Amino acid sequence: MNRLELRHVRKAFGGLDVLADISLNVGAGEFVSILGPSGAGKSTLFQILTGAEHGHGEMLFDGAPLDDHGRHFAFMPQRDALMPWRRIIDNTTLGLEVQGVRRKAARARVAPLFAEFGLAGFERHFPAQLSGGMRQRAALLRTVVQERDMLLLDEPFGALDALTRAALQRWLEQMWRHHRWTALLITHDVREALYLSDRIYVLSARPARIVREISVPLPRPRDPTAAASSRASALEAEILDILLNPQPSKGHDHD
Amino acid sequence: MSVGLLLVAWELYANHSGIKPTVLPAPSRVFEQAILNREALVDNAIPTIRATLLGFACSLSAAFALSILVDFFRPLRRALFPVFIVSQTLPLVAIAPLVVLWFGFGLAPKIMLVALVTFFPMLVALVQGYEATEVEIGQMLRTMGAGRWRVFVLARLPSALPYFFAGLRISITYAVVGAIFAEYAGAAKGLGIYMLNAKNNFRPDLVLAAVAVSAGLTLGLFGLTVLLQRIAMPWERAGREPPGTGPRE
Repeated sequence: MNRLELRHVRKAFGGLDVLADISLNVGAGEFVSILGPSGAGKSTLFQILTGAEHGHGEMLFDGAPLDDHGRHFAFMPQRDALMPWRRIIDNTTLGLEVQGVRRKAARARVAPLFAEFGLAGFERHFPAQLSGGMRQRAALLRTVVQERDMLLLDEPFGALDALTRAALQRWLEQMWRHHRWTALLITHDVREALYLSDRIYVLSARPARIVREISVPLPRPRDPTAAASSRASALEAEILDILLNPQPSKGHDHD
Repeated sequence: MSVGLLLVAWELYANHSGIKPTVLPAPSRVFEQAILNREALVDNAIPTIRATLLGFACSLSAAFALSILVDFFRPLRRALFPVFIVSQTLPLVAIAPLVVLWFGFGLAPKIMLVALVTFFPMLVALVQGYEATEVEIGQMLRTMGAGRWRVFVLARLPSALPYFFAGLRISITYAVVGAIFAEYAGAAKGLGIYMLNAKNNFRPDLVLAAVAVSAGLTLGLFGLTVLLQRIAMPWERAGREPPGTGPRE
């Protein structure tokens, strides 16, 4: 069953088309990625979903028009956006506090999750005392405890070094298998998208349109060595080909 | 260290060049006179401290209230800032006697002058501090359902703290100077008027003793702001320590 459904969503900033035509859907418990070149307007799509920007087109959630944006989505921004002045535990309860949950109750809800997120013992630390990978896990914890219908992940590992990123991708895939969050991930990393997703939408350069929808039939758990398997590399080659050699017939030379 | 060397050089020059102590007293003489006149110095320092702290408290509250207004209503900023900038260009030498003329020899004109010199730096520090809030944090809070006021309290206000303390350190030194200037222009008691009287009585040693007291006062207040910052921003020091040795990535 579809949770999120977008039909022909468009967005222009002062005459500049950013999103030309975006139609996609995300099913319950499905991990979907939007893969596209930098500057293609991927983040704009999230801004429209969260209500920060206004877009044209039809947007449905559970079949009903998307109106009260905040209610459905928990958003994880590109940088971890942890507040340097709050201890890790108070950073992770932020969303609950904004929802009106008492601080004590919020802490009680978050505390048992620290071990699973590899943060046990760091509850009272400040963000500056944590490594980049730990900060990102804290940011994800802050996102998931909001218990919204769907996670919006905006290049969550983009700012990390390659090794940390690979470790976190594995970890996230594992976490996802346990929790089966409905998630929409923005990324420009083909391998990341293949490793994590059930389906991938490939975006063109600006003005962005969906050029291909690709299902990823790789078995889970996604064994990292399987990523090197012929199926995965065939998919990777196919996606790279789409991204690097845009069809001239469809090409819109707006860049 | 450098202060010590300077004092030694000064002491030697004053003792051996034959210059009269009524022109340039040696530091030892200033110190001696400061001890001898300690009661008068303390007696005059108290009104100065009072004017400094009261004036500063006034300007701080005003700057804080106005910074919030300016943060919520942007057009206010363009309307008000030119006025404040002009207020900063007024020469204290000209303004201080006028304010005393209008408001008398009491506490009020001193508070006003201290507030005048410290208000703008504090306002600018706060407004800039709010602006320094990480964009992503604001965005994220709004997706969580936070309104403008919540975003202000949860993100913009704490983000401004480093700027606030930077402004505080600068302003507190202005504040003491402002209070002394106001007293210089007319007061019953205070370090400023004490300096003026000492000068008129050809007692540069007492002028310098009062200067030393005001310098000590400024340093003391400065130290207080540093201490306050440490208490108010524990994460700053925590961040400088080596990162926690924790679970592997």
